[in-house]
Amino acid sequence: MAEQDTTRASQRVYTLNLGPQHPSTHGVLRVLLDLDGEYIVKADPVIGYGHRGHEKMGENRQYRQFLPNTSRMDYLSGMLFNHGFVLAVEKLAGIQVPERAKYIRVIASELNRISSHLLWFGTYLLDLGGFTPFLYAFDDREQILDILDSVSGSRLTYSYCRFGGVSRDIDSKFIDMTRAFLKRMEKRWADYDGLVTKNIIFIRRTRDVGVIDAELARRYGVTGPNLRACGVAFDVRRSEPYEVYDRFEFEVPTGSRGDALDRYSVRFMEMRQSCRIIAQALDHLPQGDFMAGKVPQKLAPPRGEVYSAFESARGLSAYYLVSDGGPGPYRCHIRVPSFGNLNVLNDVLPGTLVADAISILGSIDVVIPEIDR
Amino acid sequence: MSYLLSSEWSRLILGLLVAVGFSQLNALFLVWLERKIAGHIQLRPGPMEVGPHGLLQTIADAVKLMGKELILPLKADRKLFFVAPVLVFTPVLVGFLVLPFAKNMIIHDLNVGVLLIFAFSTFTVPAILSGGWASNNKYALLGAVRSVGQNVAYEIPLLLAAMSIVLMANSLSFSEIVHAQRRLWFIFVQPVAGIIYLISATAETNRAPFDIPEAESELVAGFHTEYSGMGFGLFFLAEYTNMFIVCAVATSLFFGGWTGPFGISLGIPGIVWFLFKTYVLIFHLMWVRWTFPRVRFDQLMNFAWKVLIPISLANFVVTAVVVKFV
Repeated sequence: MAEQDTTRASQRVYTLNLGPQHPSTHGVLRVLLDLDGEYIVKADPVIGYGHRGHEKMGENRQYRQFLPNTSRMDYLSGMLFNHGFVLAVEKLAGIQVPERAKYIRVIASELNRISSHLLWFGTYLLDLGGFTPFLYAFDDREQILDILDSVSGSRLTYSYCRFGGVSRDIDSKFIDMTRAFLKRMEKRWADYDGLVTKNIIFIRRTRDVGVIDAELARRYGVTGPNLRACGVAFDVRRSEPYEVYDRFEFEVPTGSRGDALDRYSVRFMEMRQSCRIIAQALDHLPQGDFMAGKVPQKLAPPRGEVYSAFESARGLSAYYLVSDGGPGPYRCHIRVPSFGNLNVLNDVLPGTLVADAISILGSIDVVIPEIDR
Repeated sequence: MSYLLSSEWSRLILGLLVAVGFSQLNALFLVWLERKIAGHIQLRPGPMEVGPHGLLQTIADAVKLMGKELILPLKADRKLFFVAPVLVFTPVLVGFLVLPFAKNMIIHDLNVGVLLIFAFSTFTVPAILSGGWASNNKYALLGAVRSVGQNVAYEIPLLLAAMSIVLMANSLSFSEIVHAQRRLWFIFVQPVAGIIYLISATAETNRAPFDIPEAESELVAGFHTEYSGMGFGLFFLAEYTNMFIVCAVATSLFFGGWTGPFGISLGIPGIVWFLFKTYVLIFHLMWVRWTFPRVRFDQLMNFAWKVLIPISLANFVVTAVVVKFV
């Protein structure tokens, strides 16, 4: 009996090749969907279309030369990945960083986190068919890009953090722009709440859609806002504080249901927390150097290995570097959050509709080139 | 020969020619208007380069589309593929036949005008279905299937809402319906039917938040994914002309057609009133489109079958009883 049912079902099932060229696959993701009508029977994400061999490049270069690569993996949180890399190398080479530089890095990183979340917000609403929030979010994000551009000379691939500090000191113009941005966002959060968060169509499209429970998240190694939406308050900035994050007051927002709406709310609350951190860092910004005095041009850290974790916009990210005493790492491995976050789709998508698949994929917020590296 | 030149025939032919010209120009204008409105809603100016405020942009686009090659996908059904975009445009033209633009500006004042317009509007379903089926593309097919489900579901409340008005006016002719509301528009007497009509009309014209047959973030472009050049252009123009027609019908059924509010016309010609009201309704459709996210297919169907149809049916029965006994 059961066998008959499966044969009949298998005749009805057809495969839809979603991507790699599709408006909503965020880069070059391909998902093979087995569909029964519009219901998904099986989902199989295919990765590897954006592979550039960043890890291997890291092993063939000096530490300094690999720095630009780091902002090209997760191109939406380039600053965070720069930051994580210099932290790892500083730990490996034992470089002391001036206080001011630490604060500047935190400000830049949190600005980058907001810009990444804003982009996610816009594209997620685009996936749900709402076009207008996309442009509003991009307008806000543009302010951040201008701020970071004014200090690093670059809009996405910053290479602003350097071993021992940052490439340029921030000036009063930067501080004014950042404060103006924080003020602007206060009003914007209310706008977004009224236009999107309280919209009945939006709530119906996201509530109880794509539920990930804590156990499933643990099995797949889901981290970041996706994990926090399941109710697990794990944030590297809080659980293993790096840089000066232990000096700031901020909350780690969590959800309870683990559905798309929770992931949305968690990211939104995170943006506000990031604003809080930036405001505190600006208030307590110490005077002094922005760069450590004696950092050799050609680093040659002693033999050893280092694992340095940080919280990128998408979750737990880490650099694992092994030094053999040479000018570049012997082994360079990067832990990216999107890999685990994406593969959870295997378990979450079956049983949902095509429209929900797009919604879930968008709510998980993956950056494919980060997985492919 | 003399029969052909008799006033009725010449009026029909001339009227249809004007209708074709008007519908094309109107569609081009609406595309421009949509882009402008979308732009201003989204903090940007919209088209600005071609002509004053980009007014000629859509004409340039249309010329470009005409110059494009019509690509026939591999293993596509050749006949159906090319017939579909033509088929989708025919009901649109028939609609213009019975629309009352002003007191005497109606091509043919048919005594079953309301019926004719709704009967022909169903034609878009086979057109979209054949376009989606003939494309030999899974996205197109999914879009076409969604479109059939959606249009069938939303035609029922649409018709029931319109029929309540027909009962009130005791006529199926547009000019008599408009005549019946020269003092009080039917929207004030039948607000439920009016709202149901506007919701269903949004779904009927496949516009956001009910644009699931062509949901671009899910189905790439839905049923017209594989169409290029003027094949796509015709689907596109038909969508905008359809929008004009549902809004013009709404104007006639609920907003007093060519008459001014409460019988006050302020000396403004009827056609100006009519077009003004129609474009206000169209603006409303555009406003909605650029504000809300898209509903999901099952939610859309549930809304039609479990909410709109019972309410419109109840409204229809109540109207019938009231009209009969009051």
